[in-house]
Amino acid sequence: MKPINRRSNAPVFWGLFGAGGMLAALFGPVLVFITGIAVPLVLILPADAMSWPRMQAFAQHWAGKGLLFVVVALFMWHAMHRILHSLHDLGVHAGTALKFACYGLALLVTMTAAWILVAVGF
Amino acid sequence: MNTPDPRRPYVRPMAGWWRRNPFFVEYMVHEATAFFVAAYALVLLVGLLRLAQGEVAWNGWQEALRSPWSVAFHGVLLAAMCYHSWTWFRIMPKTMPPLAVRGKRVAPGVITACGVAAAVVCSLVALVLAWGATR
Repeated sequence: MKPINRRSNAPVFWGLFGAGGMLAALFGPVLVFITGIAVPLVLILPADAMSWPRMQAFAQHWAGKGLLFVVVALFMWHAMHRILHSLHDLGVHAGTALKFACYGLALLVTMTAAWILVAVGF
Repeated sequence: MNTPDPRRPYVRPMAGWWRRNPFFVEYMVHEATAFFVAAYALVLLVGLLRLAQGEVAWNGWQEALRSPWSVAFHGVLLAAMCYHSWTWFRIMPKTMPPLAVRGKRVAPGVITACGVAAAVVCSLVALVLAWGATR
């Protein structure tokens, strides 16, 4: 009998899915409200709440940088994992090609976000 | 090749399986919130790109976010995010390992309620922090 020495990569993607799902469940609604509704309509927060100097400083601070990276990357990993498995539920074969497409897009977004956040400076 | 099987065995059709049962329709709807989570991640990614491109680019992005279409879209995003949040915690009793407090299994409803309460607290904390940092 061949010994099983290959570990599955599934727990990694499951972990990213779970972490992103939890983050989106806890902070998704309030983030959408702040960036997409409250600031554009000047509700609760002042009109210059997301002014360039302020957001620039936020993205340059290590905490703001980390927060932005974690939100963008984990939301994407969560969504692409879920879309992959829902497509499988709809009869699309979740083979290597579809996995590369879904996880590849999440990886692309993650690396783009990382690259931008480094380019923004410290 | 490609000749029909003379036995014509019955193959249970799977197409549209989820539309036959309200439980599975709801399952597909809550799975579909992933598209909105991905859309929001992409909105934020574009914002990050605009931020790095400078003040003019950033102001253009902010202007785009003020358009009625964008606000309406974010209204839909907000509804989808809230539904994701609610369904995430509703399913949590089944997705997490059994939780016991003083030897007694915690009821599913309690886990869901704690999750929703945590989301409410997180939302309020985020709003207060944003308000405090920008006023």
